[in-house]
Amino acid sequence: MAKQIYTKYEMAKYLRKEALPTALCPGCGGGTVLNAFANAIDQLKIDPRDLVVVSGIGCSAWIASPYFLADTLHTTHGRAIAFATGVKVGLPDKKVVVISGDGDLAGIGGNHLIHAARRNIDITVILVNNFIYGMTGGQVAPTTPFGAITTTTPYRNIEHPLKIAETVASAGASYVARWTTFHVYQLIESIKKALTVKGFSLVEVVSQCPVQFGRRNRMKTPAEMLRWFSKNSIPISKAKNMSPEELEGKIIIGEFVSREKPEFTEELNKLIDEVAQYYRLGGEDAD
Amino acid sequence: MIIRGDEPEQIGLLKKLYPKGNYFMQGDEAIAYGALFAGCRFYAGYPITPASEIAETMARELPKLKGYYIQMEDEIGSIAAVVGASWTGLKSMTATSGPGFSLMQENLGYAVFTETPLVLVDVQRSGPSTGQATKGAQGDFFQARWGTHGDHPIIAVSPTSVEDSFWETIRAFNLSEKFRIPVILLADGIIGHTREQIRIPDPEEVEIVYRKLPANEEEAKYPFGDVHGDLIPPMPLFGNGYFTHVTGSTHKENGLRDVYTPEVHDRLVRRLHKKIEVHEKEIQKWEEYYTDDAEILLVSWGVSARPSLGAVIEARKKGIKAGLIVPKTVHPFPGKRIKELSKKAHTILVPEMNLGQMILEVQRFVREEVPVIGVNKIGGVPLTVEEILKEIESSAERSRHRSAD
Repeated sequence: MAKQIYTKYEMAKYLRKEALPTALCPGCGGGTVLNAFANAIDQLKIDPRDLVVVSGIGCSAWIASPYFLADTLHTTHGRAIAFATGVKVGLPDKKVVVISGDGDLAGIGGNHLIHAARRNIDITVILVNNFIYGMTGGQVAPTTPFGAITTTTPYRNIEHPLKIAETVASAGASYVARWTTFHVYQLIESIKKALTVKGFSLVEVVSQCPVQFGRRNRMKTPAEMLRWFSKNSIPISKAKNMSPEELEGKIIIGEFVSREKPEFTEELNKLIDEVAQYYRLGGEDAD
Repeated sequence: MIIRGDEPEQIGLLKKLYPKGNYFMQGDEAIAYGALFAGCRFYAGYPITPASEIAETMARELPKLKGYYIQMEDEIGSIAAVVGASWTGLKSMTATSGPGFSLMQENLGYAVFTETPLVLVDVQRSGPSTGQATKGAQGDFFQARWGTHGDHPIIAVSPTSVEDSFWETIRAFNLSEKFRIPVILLADGIIGHTREQIRIPDPEEVEIVYRKLPANEEEAKYPFGDVHGDLIPPMPLFGNGYFTHVTGSTHKENGLRDVYTPEVHDRLVRRLHKKIEVHEKEIQKWEEYYTDDAEILLVSWGVSARPSLGAVIEARKKGIKAGLIVPKTVHPFPGKRIKELSKKAHTILVPEMNLGQMILEVQRFVREEVPVIGVNKIGGVPLTVEEILKEIESSAERSRHRSAD
């Protein structure tokens, strides 16, 4: 039954039918992200054979792995980017994409995120930020808003959330953008750009988790959460003229960084060619 | 499809860069050269004493052979990158020491479960914790076997000298490729930092094994299926359009996750174990010295095997029938052979640089009447011939008293 429904949609050609239906809860933003990603691949006419998708652990890690029909590597918690680094070095001509959550990529995997951005390796990261550890039962995440209620902050969260897009931008990525699941068309455009940009690119998608986050924070339905995104999102151009107090609790959306700088696998191969050439020409005698 | 390191030009290049002959080098360097001769073309690591010279040598030599060196942000990332690279067809390696080995354990388990060939070098150092960072030890015998969680098989090999490090590294790669399993090279800080003469061979003299690839699309659909009846599935590499799904969760033969069906988990984990058990003869390797008539049998491994052999030779000069067996594959352990040899022995001595680890494996295979005695030393200084000889002599003495009673 389920398979029949899914095949009605055009983007279903990109999905691993035998893995459907998805494990995502009704109303989860994960479906929107998967849809946006499939549309971006479709619009760019990328052959899924030229794509390797890597993910970690948690709800968002399931978005493309196993559901997206490409080579998919579902890894240990937090380590997706490190695994993807090896894949990209081995297959520099393929598109290597990491899709995972905020807990996975910015919590336990924060170190790999920062260093991949610094290295500027040509990997596209789609980081789904739902403010919560969803799959493990709604515990506090490094992105949980100050004051929010979670299963491990039952009185209120007294930690400050990590600003992921800002952090990765300053770590040295080539392209960084943030959208919410309310901004679907902008999101598709950004994913397209991230896939085309040479170097490390991050698209942070603020996404709803009505089940674990919303219902504990006065937003029981997916629609309520989307309305919250719509009301609280501030375009980055506008945010530049606002004070930190005015921006408190707001979601800054838009492109944070888009710049050209030397990319890691290209530099690595350039270096190898130089060294290999030198030794093939008998350069070792010159020592 | 090419597994890189296989190009014909590589042989010519190896010959030119490292002409056969005698070299004077460290154990760590010998491990790196062994890896290069085995076809390793990807190295990701994080510096740690006493393993850093492996990374330094790889960083210098790999680009000459069109191989990739990358220094990762930590040990966890290092082995993760190695797994990723291996799925693109690159023979891949990382090297570390005690605390770094601990950090790699989770992803080592991932490599076991996803049947990813790689070589993980642990140049053992004194522990626990930071311990004596610069000193050698043999304390990771069981960390190699049981460090990662769950039921799992593993292969670990251990060299006894600098030259042996070169050849055991090649053997580690070959076993890993052949059986699609991560292989641990248990070296130690003393061999790693000792300089000795080693003979570098012609690359043609080196037997190289490459992983089995799917023969067709149909085989590629079962990346974890026993399609040939030898328990070793062909490995559909990324980038070939097979749409392979690889997960560290319990998976079916087609790679898709199934964590709810007990039979699926049972079938997969048992196959992984059986894959190693059935091929044990090919995996096992040990050396024997004077074991034919040995009444006092020494079982020793790695760096400790050398003073052990010295002590056996000295004991023989004194008319004591001592013999030595050195497991070179420490996991799976050559217990059956030790059981055979122990039938003739009245005492078994196990010299090692720890407070008794491999001895526990030895005890499992030896009948109760035979005393199994550890000759143990910790503190970062290797056992000496005299220390081991003393134990052999007192064992001989005790046996004389017993037979006189």
